[in-house]
Amino acid sequence: MTVPMVRARGVRKHFGHLEVLKGIDLEVWQGEVVVVLGPSGSGKSTFLRCVNHLETIDGGSIHVDGELIGFEASGGRVRHLRRRQVTRQRREIGMVFQQFNLFPHYTVVQNVIEAPVGVRGEPRDQAKERAHALLRRVGLEEKAHVYPRQLSGGQQQRVAIARALAMRPKLMLFDEPTSALDPELVGEVLAVMKGLAEDGLTMIVVTHEIGFAREVADRVVFMDDGVVVESGVPSDVLDRPQSPRTKAFLGRVL
Amino acid sequence: MSLPDVDVAGAARTRHPLRWVASIVLLVLGAQLVSLLVTNPNFQWDVVGRYVNAQIIGQGIFTTLLLTVIAMAVGVVLGVLLAIGRLSENPVARAACGLYVWFFRGTPVLVQLVLWYNLSYLLPEISFGVPFGPEFVSADTNVLITPLLAAILGLGLNEGAYMAEIIRGGLMSVDHGQTEAASALGMSGARTFRRIVLPQAMRFIIPPTGSQVISMLKATSLVSVIALADLLYTVQSIYNRTFQTIPLLIVACLWYLMITSILYVGQSFIERHYARGATRNAPQSFWSFLTFRRRPTPEVPS
Ligand SMILES: Nc1ncnc2c1ncn2[C@@H]1O[C@H](COP(=O)(O)OP(=O)(O)OP(=O)(O)O)[C@@H](O)[C@H]1O
Ligand SMILES: [Mg+2]
Repeated sequence: MTVPMVRARGVRKHFGHLEVLKGIDLEVWQGEVVVVLGPSGSGKSTFLRCVNHLETIDGGSIHVDGELIGFEASGGRVRHLRRRQVTRQRREIGMVFQQFNLFPHYTVVQNVIEAPVGVRGEPRDQAKERAHALLRRVGLEEKAHVYPRQLSGGQQQRVAIARALAMRPKLMLFDEPTSALDPELVGEVLAVMKGLAEDGLTMIVVTHEIGFAREVADRVVFMDDGVVVESGVPSDVLDRPQSPRTKAFLGRVL
Repeated sequence: MSLPDVDVAGAARTRHPLRWVASIVLLVLGAQLVSLLVTNPNFQWDVVGRYVNAQIIGQGIFTTLLLTVIAMAVGVVLGVLLAIGRLSENPVARAACGLYVWFFRGTPVLVQLVLWYNLSYLLPEISFGVPFGPEFVSADTNVLITPLLAAILGLGLNEGAYMAEIIRGGLMSVDHGQTEAASALGMSGARTFRRIVLPQAMRFIIPPTGSQVISMLKATSLVSVIALADLLYTVQSIYNRTFQTIPLLIVACLWYLMITSILYVGQSFIERHYARGATRNAPQSFWSFLTFRRRPTPEVPS
């Protein structure tokens, strides 16, 4: 029997009195691409950030590749993991942010090798070689030695993807990777992501790009008000939504 | 209606008569200052010339520089720790560090210096041990607190409070997304601080720290009250004998100016180092401030 790459069960999260996640159930299988849709404030970012424990969940559980994230369960008791152990878990999960968050004081190639060399202890020469291969893959090999601020938004986001891939993650999380981009730059980033999907990378993508969901996603999940309202293959959810909330949302974005 | 056909090439420059007036006034004032410096015999330039290279002055300069370096080093290390404390999640650490900054910034450094120097009135013996319990080691305060140590404590501990605020401001100016990206890559907190946050904060920390070094250089002259032979104390002890007060103070000022000028150049180099990647433009050459020609900033290829 195999385990799912991600299994979220009854995930709950609140900020003060605001209950943001009210019991999220989701399974993502190895090699699957899941697109998460939903209105603003529905908790999509929060859920993604719970998966790599940037936020600590208040209830339920998240397993990634069979490992409980952020906690340790033994003998019927559950305790928080130490910071070092959380850090180790995060190395297996790549994340791409809406605002890119490249390190502006390092060149592109330094951004890519920083974690493999500093965290995994990979030899610098080998990491550089891989970095150049990754940059070639996102179409930016000739930009290896410039600083991020000298790049366009689309180029920066592709570097951010290469930087996350350099840790050889089992799972990639994308939080609205194209929302901060000018419309003409969106395509280049989505093309890179489509390439990753075709190579069999497991991905959870929060996006408003319905075209991308239709074309690349294996499954679309619609979230609203802290719960998963509907989930299924793209043609079902996007063309024959069951829930009125999904219908209303799609009516607004399509 | 048709618009006239105009070519702005070769347009006449705007005139600035007020600039001319201001320049002439300043030049006249400058000339008067020079003439005062040259013609007034009370400056006793021959005395200045005799002392400016004197060995005893050199020893004073050495003490001044040594104090500046050590007190600044104490201040920076303490400042980093205090800044981390004030930004930490531990409320006790936050309060303690806040209290420290409040106290040391709120009292005159001269008072602090004298207080450290006279610590033995307060604590005849310094000892380490369990509070209200047994002592492990103890020493006579008068032996332990030499004038040099009192000066280092007075200046360094005070500097720590100022550096803490400068460093805290620098750290807070780094976007939170940077820490988040580093965490998502599996970097530890310490590594994130060292490799990601601090280098970016340096851009905001260096310029005010440069001013602090220059202030510190001059603040070391306060130690003359506790009889430590720095540059100022040295010239004072000479003119107390020879009554050549003005020329000897000029000697001291010349050296202070000389050192601050060197510090200024050093600061420019450090600032340039930490400006890496901060703008879209290629970094300007350090010596560019010497050229008056305004160069077009190079366009960055994208
Ligand atoms: N750190 C936080 N502290 C307090 N409230 C928060 C925090 N993070 C998120 N929230 C709140 O949680 C709710 C869900 O936020 P979240 O960012 O997950 O929404 P989202 O679905 O990603 O929306 P968007 O499409 O606008 O990105 C919002 O109401 C937000 O204000
Ligand atoms: Mg969001």
